[in-house]
Amino acid sequence: MRHLLSIADLSKTEAISILDTAVELARISDGTVKKLPTLRGRTIVNLFAEDSTRTRISFEAAAKRLSADVINFSAKGSSLSKGESLKDTALTLQAMGADAVVIRHGASGAPQRLADSEWMQGSVINAGDGTHEHPSQALLDAFTIRKHLGKGAPDLHGIKVAIVGDVLHSRVARSNVLLLNLLGAKVTLVAPPTLLPVGVDSWPVNISYNFDEVVASVDVVMMLRVQQERMTDLFFPNAREYSRYFGLNADRLSTMSPTSIVMHPGPMNRGLEISADVADSARSVIVEQVANGVSVRMAILYVLLAGQPLEVGGK
Amino acid sequence: MSSALSAPEIARALIRISHEILEANPDSSKITLLGIPTRGAHLAHRIGVHMREFAGHEIAVGTLDITMHRDDLRMRPPRPIMPTSIPHQGVEGREVILIDDVLFSGRTIRSALDALGEIGRPRRVQLAVLVDRGHRELPIRADFVGKNIPTSITQSVKLHLTEIDSVDEVMLEDQR
Amino acid sequence: MSQRYLLKNAQLPNGALTDVLIVDGVIDSVAVNIATNDAEVFDVTDSVVLPGLVDLHTHLRQPGREDAETVDSGSRAGAKGGFTALSAMANTSPVADNAGVVEQVFRLGQEAGLLDVFPIGAVTRGLAGQELSEIGAMADSIARVRVFSDDGNCVFDPLVMRRALEYVKKFDGVISQHAQEPRLTIGSQMNEGNVSSILGLKGWPAIAEEAIIARDVLLVDHVQSRLHIAHVTTAGGVEIIRWAKARGINVTAEVTPHHLLLTDELARSYDPVFKVNPPLRSEKDVMALREALADGTIDIVATDHAPHTMESKECEWSEASFGMIGLETALSVVQKAMIDTGIMSWEQVADRLSTAPARIAGYEYQGKNLAVGSRANLTVINPKKTWIVDRDLVTSKSRNTPFHGYELPGVITHTFFNGVPTLLNGVINQANGKK
Ligand SMILES: [Zn+2]
Repeated sequence: MRHLLSIADLSKTEAISILDTAVELARISDGTVKKLPTLRGRTIVNLFAEDSTRTRISFEAAAKRLSADVINFSAKGSSLSKGESLKDTALTLQAMGADAVVIRHGASGAPQRLADSEWMQGSVINAGDGTHEHPSQALLDAFTIRKHLGKGAPDLHGIKVAIVGDVLHSRVARSNVLLLNLLGAKVTLVAPPTLLPVGVDSWPVNISYNFDEVVASVDVVMMLRVQQERMTDLFFPNAREYSRYFGLNADRLSTMSPTSIVMHPGPMNRGLEISADVADSARSVIVEQVANGVSVRMAILYVLLAGQPLEVGGK
Repeated sequence: MSSALSAPEIARALIRISHEILEANPDSSKITLLGIPTRGAHLAHRIGVHMREFAGHEIAVGTLDITMHRDDLRMRPPRPIMPTSIPHQGVEGREVILIDDVLFSGRTIRSALDALGEIGRPRRVQLAVLVDRGHRELPIRADFVGKNIPTSITQSVKLHLTEIDSVDEVMLEDQR
Repeated sequence: MSQRYLLKNAQLPNGALTDVLIVDGVIDSVAVNIATNDAEVFDVTDSVVLPGLVDLHTHLRQPGREDAETVDSGSRAGAKGGFTALSAMANTSPVADNAGVVEQVFRLGQEAGLLDVFPIGAVTRGLAGQELSEIGAMADSIARVRVFSDDGNCVFDPLVMRRALEYVKKFDGVISQHAQEPRLTIGSQMNEGNVSSILGLKGWPAIAEEAIIARDVLLVDHVQSRLHIAHVTTAGGVEIIRWAKARGINVTAEVTPHHLLLTDELARSYDPVFKVNPPLRSEKDVMALREALADGTIDIVATDHAPHTMESKECEWSEASFGMIGLETALSVVQKAMIDTGIMSWEQVADRLSTAPARIAGYEYQGKNLAVGSRANLTVINPKKTWIVDRDLVTSKSRNTPFHGYELPGVITHTFFNGVPTLLNGVINQANGKK
């Protein structure tokens, strides 16, 4: 494995191995050990052409705990936002000797363009591309679900997950559908028909337009962020109506099974797709998702980079 | 391929090492055994059982994975990380005995010392191995050795344990 | 001394084996064993001689984007691909919406001298879809424009479309419509379907094309004019055209070579070389297009040759320009999709790539199907040979071919334009150009 571009590139064994590695790394990090020497001397570039402080910080913390050197290219003031081409940026990164590039980009497929090009040789890690995928988020979500509901099994066999909200524009949903399915979970997408892509019937999921019919029967409710501007694009009449039919509030929470959990990839629109009391409830594992993110991203960096021969780094 | 150590020989060696550790460390309540996964962890467990018998009380036994500290990571595909479990007494001020199956270049032990250093500061660190096959590349020696087996650099020494391989034996194999 | 060329052992589109004698730009005779001792002789055993190919949809980029293509470089690419006439699309900069620009393009074509370059005029001023361009002046110019199109943009306003269709009746012109409902395709990147749902690229629904085709066949029927649908890509579009033709509606349609061979699966690479407007569709659409071309529902193949510089393709998918070059691969792709699959004959290829487009556009000296006494516009292809497409070896100024690395059947060895070889043994022959 050289790049992590899409969950579709992972076998079940590889996915489980990343989760298992993350478990051990989480255990080490829980103790007194703050830093491991594993990636000493490696350069990891965070290329964030789109703002995402939380994902960038998570990858940065993961890289630093493995002793890698981290260079941040952030959205504001980066060459990408000034219209420099992806190609020129990649050539610069190659010249800098980047062993890996963690890329967040507004264009679907931009990480794959980097990986497939001759422009640079390092590993490419997709940290969210357009409305395509966000594989590290799906891995940390699976990690979190397994920890709470896995009952010691390596995969997520038989666990029922509802993914609720703007599936059409969600890279988190696409990666999660692939990974949850790979690990044996049963996924139901819950959304207004306008926010499901044409072609969704070819996905390995069930579809529902009725949150109330689904919420009581699942083990995990994963809420997706809904952007306010979607209503001006006619996807739903207004925020109030969206919230009424597809928001997770205390009433719906009360019908959920007592062992079930509530997830959200963040950042949340409290009061729109999730009410504040639900977000802060005991059932919510949202804060824990953030913490797990670092261990999972350490595991990703370890699996991609630790065995990489010196020549590949272009040093 | 030939057998260098039989099951009864392995059993005797582990009993002897257990006695020697206790002799060298009179206050056995201060001892923490840390096996290096995979096979060193099983050996630590076995030695711990013997020592509990001889000392008459529980001996602290744990595991210490060194994967993240290896200096040869780039030479092979990434390997899975094994569990590290430090007994509740921790390592601070303890008599830590590292336990591994075969002592060869010494690099594994160097990595183990690095990994241990991240966790805490033992009073002393000693090393027990089932086999010392020579060819050291670092100034490291074992305090407790099951058997010294002189080898050529091209040979490989492989320990089989019933916990994993359904048989106890040490095999010596010629490689090309 | 007259100029005489003799093609020996040629296979006509109908399969007959014969010789073809060209004298002073005209097909002098088509007969077995023509004996002549003062002609330059080409033995074309195993090859098919077709009437010179006529493209009704070519982006030559001049004026304005000479870094991507010029009339001259596009003419060379055309000759290389067996074409003797190209139709230069109006979306240049400045736009070909007045007599000045179309005359400039026409003259550049004559200077290049490798084939006929017939400018297409814009339907609306600046391609903006609001006011009619100077249609009459372009028709009366030396370029004698008969085909009008806002290609790249759809003539979306039904009233503007109605008026344009009516206006061109004055001189038997035709409106070539780029059928794309703009509101349904805001920001669209690729065919809307299973693949787009997975790739997270904004979908381009088939209905956006079909809705305009349906509206326009009804409009043209109402005003009794001539409508041509550019680059049909969907099975549904084919059905509407089939229905319209059955009702006697005066509509013609084209399909591009790439839509006969490629599908939206290629977008999985995110390589913008596969990004094109209209987008690559599904396997089912490709099959429907092939069937429609064979049964005549779709009248012609047109390349939609759309050169782009490296910079506009070496980037993220959503940033990249739409379009593919196609002049040099068109006939080979048609052979692969239509001949080698047994769906169509060479006679039909001669019709779809020469006779029919020349008739639709009213190109007087083109598409004469090797008739004795007609101007010698013809192309020679050896269908038994194959070649490997290499984007670094194309004749076009741009290298955005989606077929890079493909092994394609059919090697074009000779092209004759007005009796003069413009391609000789696979090499451009510009020595006889008019410049
Ligand atoms: Zn067009």
